[in-house]
Amino acid sequence: MRMRILAALAAISIAALTGCGENAGGGGTSGAAGTLRIMAPASPGGGWDQTSRVAEQALKAADPKRRVEVYNVPGAGGTIGLSQLAGEKGNGNLLMTMGLVMLGAVEQNKSKVTLAETTPIAKLTEEYEIVVVPADSPLKQLSDLVAAWKADPAKVSVAGGSAGGTDHIVAGLMAKAAGVDPKKVNYIAHSGGGEALNALLGGKVTIGISGVGEFAEHVKSGKLRALGITSAQRISGLDAPTLKEGGLDVELANWRGFVAPGGVSEGDKKALTDLVTKMHDSQPWKDAVAKNGWIDSFQTGQQFADYLTSEQARVKGIIAEMGLVS
Amino acid sequence: MDSLQLLIDGFGAALTPVNLLYALVGVTLGTLVGVLPGIGPAMTVALLLPITFTVPPASAFIMFAGIYYGGMYGGSTTSILLNTPGESSSMITALEGNKMARRGRAAQALATAAIGSFVAGTIATALLVVAAPAVVAFAIAFGPEDYFALAILAFTAVSAVLSRSLVRGLASLGLGLVIGLIGIDQQTGQARLTMGVPQLLDGIDVVIVAVGLFALGEALYVASRLRHSTPEVVPVGRAWMGRSDWARSWKPWLRGTALGFPFGALPGGGAEIPTFLSYAAEKRLARGTAREEYGKGAIEGVAGPEAANNASAAGTLVPLLTLGLPTSATAAILLAAFQQYGLQPGPQLFDHNPALVWGMIASLFIGNTMLLVLNLPLAPLWARVLRIPRPYLYAGIVVFAALGVYALNGTVVDLVVLYVLGLLGFAMRRFGLPVAPAVIGMILGPMAEIQLRRALAIGAGDVTVLVKSPVAVVLLLLALGALLTPLVRRLAVRRELAPTVIHEED
Repeated sequence: MRMRILAALAAISIAALTGCGENAGGGGTSGAAGTLRIMAPASPGGGWDQTSRVAEQALKAADPKRRVEVYNVPGAGGTIGLSQLAGEKGNGNLLMTMGLVMLGAVEQNKSKVTLAETTPIAKLTEEYEIVVVPADSPLKQLSDLVAAWKADPAKVSVAGGSAGGTDHIVAGLMAKAAGVDPKKVNYIAHSGGGEALNALLGGKVTIGISGVGEFAEHVKSGKLRALGITSAQRISGLDAPTLKEGGLDVELANWRGFVAPGGVSEGDKKALTDLVTKMHDSQPWKDAVAKNGWIDSFQTGQQFADYLTSEQARVKGIIAEMGLVS
Repeated sequence: MDSLQLLIDGFGAALTPVNLLYALVGVTLGTLVGVLPGIGPAMTVALLLPITFTVPPASAFIMFAGIYYGGMYGGSTTSILLNTPGESSSMITALEGNKMARRGRAAQALATAAIGSFVAGTIATALLVVAAPAVVAFAIAFGPEDYFALAILAFTAVSAVLSRSLVRGLASLGLGLVIGLIGIDQQTGQARLTMGVPQLLDGIDVVIVAVGLFALGEALYVASRLRHSTPEVVPVGRAWMGRSDWARSWKPWLRGTALGFPFGALPGGGAEIPTFLSYAAEKRLARGTAREEYGKGAIEGVAGPEAANNASAAGTLVPLLTLGLPTSATAAILLAAFQQYGLQPGPQLFDHNPALVWGMIASLFIGNTMLLVLNLPLAPLWARVLRIPRPYLYAGIVVFAALGVYALNGTVVDLVVLYVLGLLGFAMRRFGLPVAPAVIGMILGPMAEIQLRRALAIGAGDVTVLVKSPVAVVLLLLALGALLTPLVRRLAVRRELAPTVIHEED
C-alpha cells in the first residue's frame, strides 16, 4: 500500500516535471536548424503569453520542420525576462515577446538591462486604448472631462491597470495635452481591466481607461459610454471618436513585438526576420489576429528599431512627468 | 422554465462519453494539483490552454471546470493529513482537520470535506443558474470602502484563530502584514522592502508563504523532535462518518455555501476570506461538544470552510459568464480560453452561445458528482498515508513543496524565499507562535491597504466616504459586534457568578 502511494506520488511528480520541463531545458546554440524558443516574459494567460502561443502555432504552420517552444519567465513587468535575455547574448534561436508595457517597466523598476541591449526583430500587433465613463455619467464628451479636470483634478478618479502601465501613461498624456499637471491625475490602479470595469459599472470612479477589447462589449451594450480612443482614425464597428477629434492631441498604441538577444550575427538576424515574416503571412496568424481583435502592424528591420527608440524616449518622458520615477 | 429546459439540453450536450472522459481527466488532474503544494488550478489550466487550438469548446470547458473544482477540493487532503495545505484556500481546514487526523479521525475529516465540497458545489452551481443577475448586481455595487469594511470584518475573524496567547497571535499577524508589504506598491508603482532583488518586485506569492510556513516549517519541526520523543502513535479510527458527524456537518456545509458563493463573485473577494469567515462563524456558533472540541479537532471547522471554498469557486463563474469579469486567477485564464474560441463572455454570451454556456453549467454538476465519486472511497485510503514512517513522509513533503514552488515561476529566488520562510515557520512552532495568523495577515493586509487608499483617493481625501455606503456600515457593525460579544458575554457571566458560586459542569 505504502509503496503504491509513493509510486503514485512519484508518477505525479514526473508528470509535473515534464509539464514545466520545457521551461528548464537548456538554451540552444546558434544555428538555423535548432529549436526556436520563444520567451513570454509573463505568467501564462496574459497578453504576451497569448501572443507567444499563437505565434508558436503559426510558426509551426509556416515552417513545419522547425521545432518551436514557448516558455514563461514571469515577473516585474517583463524586466526579469529581459535580464535573462541579456544572458543569452548571441543566441540566434531565441525570441522574446515584448511590448509597450515593458518600456515603462524598465524605467519604473530601474532595470539594469534595457532594450538597447536586444536585437529588435519585428513589431507584430497593436491594440488601442479607450477612455470610457459609466452610462449615467454627467460627462458627455471629452471637453466635459477636460473642464472637470481643470476645475479639480483630485475629483476626477481615473480607473485603469497597474501604476505606470499603458492605461496610466494614456491618462498622463491626456492630462498633459489638456494642460493639467500629469502629477495631479488621481489615478486608481487596479489589477487588470476586469477590476477596473467593475469599479466603472458600479459607478465608483469618474472615468476608466483600458484596451479597446476590455471595454468594447460594454460600450456596445450601452453600459459604458466611450469618450475617445487613442487611434489616429475611428475604428469600424465601434461608436467612439478619437481623442484628436475631441481636442486632445494624444495617440498611443499598445503594441507587441519580438526582440532577439543582443549580439546575434547578421545571418541569424536575417533568418529570424525571414521566419517571422513567413509566420506573419501564414493563415493561422491572420486568423488569430482577426479572432483576438488585434490590429496588424507588422514592421521589421531598421524601421522597428527606430520606432522602439522613439517609444522608449516618449515613455521615459511621461513617466518622469507623472512623478513615477524617484 | 426556460433556463431549466436549456439546462436539460446542456446535460444532453455534456453527457457524451468523450465529455465524461474529459470531466474525469479534469477532476483527477485538479485533485492532484490541489494535493501538490504550490501547483494550483490556475497554473494547470494555463498550461493546458493550448488544447483550445484542437479540442472543441464544450469539452475543454468541461475539463477546465473539473480542474477548478478538483483543485479546490484536493487542497484539503494534505491540509488534513499532514498540516500542509496545498492551496491557500484550504489553509483554515488544516487548523481543525489536522487535529482530527491526529486523533484518528482523518477519514471523517476527509469525508466531510468531500461531501461538503459536493454539497456546496452543487448548491452554488444551482444558484448560478437562478441567482446570477442578483449576485452580479451585488458584486458591482461593492466599492472600495465596502472591501475595506470586509477586510476589517475578516480581521476580527482572525481573532478566532489567534490561539491562546493574544500577544503571540498578534506577533504572527504582524509578521504576515510585513511579508504582505514586499513588492511594488500598486497605487504608486514604487518598490517596497525588495532589497534590490528584482524577483521580489511582484511580491511574495501567498502560496510560497503558506507552503513555507506550514509545510516546510512542520517538516523541520517534526524532524527536530524525532529523536527527542517517541513518535505519537496515530490511532486509526473508523472509516466512515458516523451519525453525529453527519448531524454536526450539514449546517456548517450550508452556512459555508452561503458565505462562499457571494464572496466568490466579488472581484476582490477570493476564496480565502469566506473560509476565514466560515471558520470564525462556526467557532462562535459551536455549542456543547463542538465547543469543547474547537482547537482540538472539531468537524465543524472542516465542514464549513471546505464548503465555503468550493462555493466561492462557483461564485467566481457568475461575473465571469455574465459580465466577462474575472475575479480570480483561474477565472482570468478561463476568460483567455473563451477568447481563444472567439467568444466574449458578457451580457450577450447567454443569448449568443446558449448551448455552450448551459453545457458548461451542466458539466459543473457532472464534474462535482464525479469528484465525490472519485474522492469519497479514497478518503479511508488517503488516511493510511499517515502510516508511512515519518522520515520518508516528511522528506517527501519537502521535495514536493520545493518542486511546487519552483514550478510556480521557475526561479531559484522563490526557493530561497521558501526555505527562509520554512526556517521562520520552524522557529514559530518552536516558540509557540501560531502560523495561520501570519498567512491571514499576508492576504488581508494588502487588500485592506489598497482598498482603503482607493476609497480615500476616489473621495479626494474625505474620510467619511468609508461610512457612506450602507454595505460598509453593516459590515463594520458586524465586525464591532464580533469584537464586543465575547466581552459582553464575559461581563454577563461574571455578574451571574458573583452572588453564588456555580460549578461548571464538564
